[in-house]
Amino acid sequence: MDGLHIKTYNSPPYNVNEIMRYAGVKDNYENYLDILNECIDEISEKLTYKVCFCRVSVSICDDKVDFGFSVTHSVDLTKNLNGCDNAIIFSATIGIELDRAIAKYSVVSPIKALFFQAIGAERIESLCDVFNDDAERTSFSENKYTRPRFSPGYGDFSLDFQKEIFRLLDCPRKIGLTLNDSLLMSPSKSVTGIIGIGNMVTNLTNCHSCSKTDCGFRK
Amino acid sequence: MDVREFLKENIVYLDGGMGTLLQKKGLMPGEYPEKWNVTNSDIIVDIHKSYFDAGSNIVCTNTFGANLLKFSHDELDLIIKSAVNNARKASELSLSGQNKWVALDIGPSGKMLAPYGDFDFEEAVALFAETVKLGVKYGVDLIMIETMSDSYETKSALLAVKENCDLPVFVSNAYGEDGKLMTGASPSAMVALLEGMGADAIGVNCSFGPKKLTTVVKEYLKYASVPVILKPNAGLPKIVNGESVYDVLPEEFADDVSALINGGVSVVGGCCGTTPEYIAELHSRKVKKLPVVEKNHTVVSSYTHAVEFGNNPVLIGERINPTGKKRFKEALRAGDIEYILKEGISQQEMSVHALDVNVGLPEIDEIQMLKTAVCRLQEVVDLPLQIDTSNAKAMELALRRYNGKALINSVNGKQESMNEIFPLVKKYGGVVIALTLDEKGIPATADGRLEIAKNILDNAKKWGIAKKNIIFDPLALSISADASAGKETLKAVKLISENLSCATSLGVSNVSFGLPERDVINGIFFSLALENGLSAAIINPYSTEVMRAYFAYVALSGKDENCSKYIEFAQKLQKTASTMSVEVKKVQTDDENKSNLQRAIIKGLKEQSAFFTKELLKNTLPLDIVQEEIIPALNTVGVGFENKTVFLPQLLMSAESAKCAFEVIKTAFSSDKTSDKCAFVIATVKGDIHDIGKNIVKLLLENFGFIVTDLGKDVSPELIVETVIKLRAPLVGLSALMTTTVPAMEHTIKLLRINAPWCKIVVGGAVLTQEYADMIGADKYAKDAMETVRYAEKINDTLSK
Repeated sequence: MDGLHIKTYNSPPYNVNEIMRYAGVKDNYENYLDILNECIDEISEKLTYKVCFCRVSVSICDDKVDFGFSVTHSVDLTKNLNGCDNAIIFSATIGIELDRAIAKYSVVSPIKALFFQAIGAERIESLCDVFNDDAERTSFSENKYTRPRFSPGYGDFSLDFQKEIFRLLDCPRKIGLTLNDSLLMSPSKSVTGIIGIGNMVTNLTNCHSCSKTDCGFRK
Repeated sequence: MDVREFLKENIVYLDGGMGTLLQKKGLMPGEYPEKWNVTNSDIIVDIHKSYFDAGSNIVCTNTFGANLLKFSHDELDLIIKSAVNNARKASELSLSGQNKWVALDIGPSGKMLAPYGDFDFEEAVALFAETVKLGVKYGVDLIMIETMSDSYETKSALLAVKENCDLPVFVSNAYGEDGKLMTGASPSAMVALLEGMGADAIGVNCSFGPKKLTTVVKEYLKYASVPVILKPNAGLPKIVNGESVYDVLPEEFADDVSALINGGVSVVGGCCGTTPEYIAELHSRKVKKLPVVEKNHTVVSSYTHAVEFGNNPVLIGERINPTGKKRFKEALRAGDIEYILKEGISQQEMSVHALDVNVGLPEIDEIQMLKTAVCRLQEVVDLPLQIDTSNAKAMELALRRYNGKALINSVNGKQESMNEIFPLVKKYGGVVIALTLDEKGIPATADGRLEIAKNILDNAKKWGIAKKNIIFDPLALSISADASAGKETLKAVKLISENLSCATSLGVSNVSFGLPERDVINGIFFSLALENGLSAAIINPYSTEVMRAYFAYVALSGKDENCSKYIEFAQKLQKTASTMSVEVKKVQTDDENKSNLQRAIIKGLKEQSAFFTKELLKNTLPLDIVQEEIIPALNTVGVGFENKTVFLPQLLMSAESAKCAFEVIKTAFSSDKTSDKCAFVIATVKGDIHDIGKNIVKLLLENFGFIVTDLGKDVSPELIVETVIKLRAPLVGLSALMTTTVPAMEHTIKLLRINAPWCKIVVGGAVLTQEYADMIGADKYAKDAMETVRYAEKINDTLSK
């Protein structure tokens, strides 16, 4: 296990199509562009892009995954990490301001609240993607390959593992991310996850382990 | 010797990093360092001793995360006892001769306080109180609250210290790249909050290296009248061979910190990455301490920023006040907090700098209502609040919950008033509005009011309240009753500003009471008062005359560079005028059979919906508009949504437009019933803080005429049951996003079945399915907002038969 690291990223480019998709816009796309742009203008300066992470060793036996700092049981996680000897445990957040915007606009304009919600979803995913790319590049340089990120709550990977990640990464102090008693995170637009590092290339996607086969977001 | 005494003449050296050193000694990520006080006390004593040897006056106990969230009471007791003993032992073992103290170290709880987390403010106070009590029990010399990245949590910790001991307390915050706390507070806002509550030294730790903290530290030095702390990291960590290595070495560190001591910092040490070597190097520089200078800024703060009185005039929005407002009173009686929040948000949009909050009505529980209003306003508006109540209990509870340094409205020259209010100002901090009246009433002359002001200042001094924390309101009285009233008030403003050098404020609009076209008088009076030195005013930001006076005055007095604020204001004025003059006659939709209002709602055009509603009200009964226009339009959209030809964003646009139409009706006819449908209680269940789905359901239900009581998010089962019983509500909607909060939903349903068996329960939320709903015993699973509306209509129909 190495030490804890913190990275602050610049704002990744906005993916307008993704935001529209999260907002549930299926037609008359152009009707919502003004609202979307107003929301982006209002929030973009206030977002932060922080990731805190730590590289750990991985050993797998049946459905048991041993990360050194903690052990968990999950068939879906073992599938994702199969062949990995290392993993990056990370937590990422875009900060509290988006929650504030959602709270404010829930009162005065639910449509804007919906768009802030969608922007938040797209922002945190984009942040994770950028971090993922970074991890992939670093792994490449060691002739290794990364797996799609896998988060507590995916498939049969217990949400309880959030507690272990928080203990390991000291998230409140490092990036201002907290966990409540129901295992929800504040700021709400945050992600914790595991990126497996192995010697083989795989073509897994995050959706493989999800039982919700009728999901509109399934890739 | 008390460290506060020592600090008057000397630089106080703190210790350096602890965590980094423990990791070198084998502490694993995820392992609790506090346990090492007990299991590896030799190592801890050794580290403390090396800091004393290096010249530290204060070492902080190894208790950063020692609280009841992480440890049982017995464990905590043992940890703190051992931690204090370790520091004491180190102090005895170290042969260096400087004054030495042991500080109880308190770091953040790791939880986010409500509203953005689930940790209640009072729970946080109680949590820190336990740690403080144990520290006091085992004999620490002072308390060091550090690395706090949230202003509200910092306040809770400081309050816990103040309520449980008289020890000196130092408070230090961690700042981000943007020079603000993680939850948004600026340095000047933190100075206002912490100094107001009586912290003995305040400042910055962790975050970055000393150079990068210079701007933040300078802000502290500019505003603080207490000693400023600087305890930075050894720069930023870099990964070298998988290890974190900090990039500022002891010499550079000592150079940079010394430079800031020369700028006025008086408490110095190191945080992450620093070692005894850093402290020794810094100590060896023997930099001379500068005296701490008393600053005379009158400042209030919100959870993001400070507002200073004395530069530009400060506008305090008066609209959150039921006096003379039928619709507002009705909202208060109905517990409609959202109405209050909207008033707050729209006043902020009208450029006010602070909001007066008055929610007093004889028939409501003002104490609870004020607390709720203050807490909820802080979710949606980042302006400082002026807490306005004559109920001292309500004032105290609101001040407790206020996340910043509030304006307190008000105290006056009556002894009783001062005895009641000044202790609150002292304990919670705040800038208090002092009315120049006393037992004998309001003096007719300006000189009489000046005398009362002097008396108030004398009394405040006895309570230890600085002059800068008092703003005098010399009281605007109606010129229709007394022709010289305006003149005397203006004179009083001038006398108080010039003779006492105090800030002043006025409730401007009182001056025109009883006259026609009041705005004309108000605007001119406000201009005159500003010219006489007025620093703030409680105003109606929707009054064009008053706002004109303000922007013109700021521009004319040379306080508006390039007249940019004035130009912006003028452009807004022109825009409003042109929107009002344009008649929005026709809205295109596919269906030309529908009325203008219906088309506006279907298209989701808010302004037009409001406009056409106003038109219709001229010759249509409110209830007819609802039944024959709004509901049919919503139904058209609703059916589209159900048939998947209309999607959520469009549904919301229409719902918002319908809401605008309703608001027009409600404002015009607040006493007339515009709805005939039953009560619906809605809540996101305990433990869950997601409420966007619930809010959408609520919006639609209201649109369809249901009387919705929204209990918010993270709501206890007991409160839901209590509300359902109180309203005898036939319908309850429960929302949950996470699997982890479904048990809370189940528990709520069980309690409802026992205590409110008449009530139908509809559940929804991302995680729910029909199976889940059946399993936990709900009456109905609704997959979206429209399905909830349809179900509620069905139940409502059964009831009315």
